[in-house]
Amino acid sequence: MIIEVKNAEFGYDGRGSVFEDVGFSVGEGEILSILGPNGCGKTTLLKCINALLKLRKGEVLIEGKRVNSLRKSDVGKKIGYVPQSHGSTFPYSVLEIVLMGRAPHLGLFSSPSAKDVEIAKEAIEMLGISHLMNRPYSQTSGGEAQLVLIARALAAEPIALLLDEPTSHLDLKNQMVILSFLEKLGENEGIAIIMTTHFPDHALSISHKALLLSNKGNGMVGNTGDVITEDNLRDIFGLDVRIISVKDGENSIKTVVPLRKGSFDRKQKLKGGIYNS
Amino acid sequence: MKRAVEKKGVNIALIVALVALPIIALFASLTLGRYEISLGSAFSILTSRILPIEPTWTEIEETVVFQIRLPRVLMAMLAGAGLSIAGASFQGLFQNPLVSPHILGVAAGAGFGAALGILIGGPAAIIQLFAFAFGITAIFGAYMISRTRMGSSLLMLVLAGMIIGAFFTALISLVKYVADPEEQLPTIVFWLMGSMAGASYKDLLWGAPPIFIGSSILLLLRWRINVLSLSEEEAQSLGINVQWLRWIVIIASTMITAAVVSLCGIVGWIGLVIPHVGRMLVGPNHKVLLPACVSIGASYLLLVDNVARAATAAEIPISILTALIGAPFFVYLLRRTGGKWA
Repeated sequence: MIIEVKNAEFGYDGRGSVFEDVGFSVGEGEILSILGPNGCGKTTLLKCINALLKLRKGEVLIEGKRVNSLRKSDVGKKIGYVPQSHGSTFPYSVLEIVLMGRAPHLGLFSSPSAKDVEIAKEAIEMLGISHLMNRPYSQTSGGEAQLVLIARALAAEPIALLLDEPTSHLDLKNQMVILSFLEKLGENEGIAIIMTTHFPDHALSISHKALLLSNKGNGMVGNTGDVITEDNLRDIFGLDVRIISVKDGENSIKTVVPLRKGSFDRKQKLKGGIYNS
Repeated sequence: MKRAVEKKGVNIALIVALVALPIIALFASLTLGRYEISLGSAFSILTSRILPIEPTWTEIEETVVFQIRLPRVLMAMLAGAGLSIAGASFQGLFQNPLVSPHILGVAAGAGFGAALGILIGGPAAIIQLFAFAFGITAIFGAYMISRTRMGSSLLMLVLAGMIIGAFFTALISLVKYVADPEEQLPTIVFWLMGSMAGASYKDLLWGAPPIFIGSSILLLLRWRINVLSLSEEEAQSLGINVQWLRWIVIIASTMITAAVVSLCGIVGWIGLVIPHVGRMLVGPNHKVLLPACVSIGASYLLLVDNVARAATAAEIPISILTALIGAPFFVYLLRRTGGKWA
């Protein structure tokens, strides 16, 4: 197993836990999707995996070693992290941004060598954005920016990739571009992938496993098809859904259709207008 | 492909220019002043210390170049380079192009140290020592205030720096208030306005090492400052120990700033403006930007100091000039870039 999470519990100082008793494992080339309502701790869990945050209980193992016992640079070498957004004050070029992915491999006082530049360029090529190499990152579109951040994570040559809502701000086409790329990345490079998402469809489309986190702090994990069911989604999101299949040639694509009627249960029912809370 | 080659050609020309600029500025500055010395003899006088050259110049010329002008020229260059590299590093560290190396209260602390030294009537060495020591004290205070269990956040640090700066500024006023208005007060006031006048090798001997060490550390870390200029979480996910690296940069910059203030008083605007000029020329990558700042900063402050000493019969305090030039230039930058600094 590349990443194992056992009995994980996290809470901010002096407050109740965000999630507890969460456990799962992701092996070579496997993709795990984390789903759940806003504020259930998806991003928090992701940050615990690469030790940006510390678990209150339980442990995260990277290739069998506790992540907190590893050096920061070693975690950076093994786990690539793709944040939801990136903001930099300075207009670095795409190549400069991707090159920063080599940081965990470089000593404190060293700058990237020609070989590092080569690796960064390969990562850029792999994502098909070579034409953007010298453009300032700030002048790339949302879809391109996401690809740049993935390239940066891959430049570290990691064994696992964590992505925080990689498809959230993208148009339909770009969503599919990212998903296909991630699927291929798992198949061809054997990289373990964990991503959070608000789209059950995306989980159904590429991930082998899924973790449903509820607002109460507990999780449900298993094979994607077993976890993402009409019943489970209703329990977690408090929303009736139908899962239907759409034919695309020989493949059938499963998609989740939310039903608006009954969207509000008794507790959430709003008086007056919908937006009048 | 052709464009890439062309671009490289431009880069090489730029590098040559940035290397040549401070050297040309140095020799040109040696000729400036009331006592006329030609560029040729200034050059020969300097090189005669390394190569055996038959003297074709007078002894007075040699004294003027070596004892009066050279230490001052070197001090201006050292201070300009130091403040610029510290400023560029701070702007990267704080992810904010409006930051100057004085933001954490170092200059106010060092200024108070110097004022106190003058008040107790200490010799130059004591004044400089006090300035340096209180500059370091200021940063230590900012650290203590901003420290929390989670490490110190940048916002806390900036606020702490403001508090420390305000505190020491008040102490400076107090010293001025109790100082003897005939002798000490003008000295304090002139000292705080900054001046390279009276630069000597003795000053350089102890003031240069902290500037050299601090600058060397920043130059070695220059690529990492790129990573540090991302959000804290991003930098951490790239395997960087952010807290640790941040403090190395802060300590290195503080050493430089405190040493500069102790040598020549508070010189504003250099550490703020020069990094912007650098970014306009070579782009935001700190790997290239920091060396560029050394070159531009050294040449620029030298130029300004030449005006300060040679433009009028009386000496003009240097911070008046740097502000008079820096402020309009900053307006120009602001208008040109619309506040985006790209």
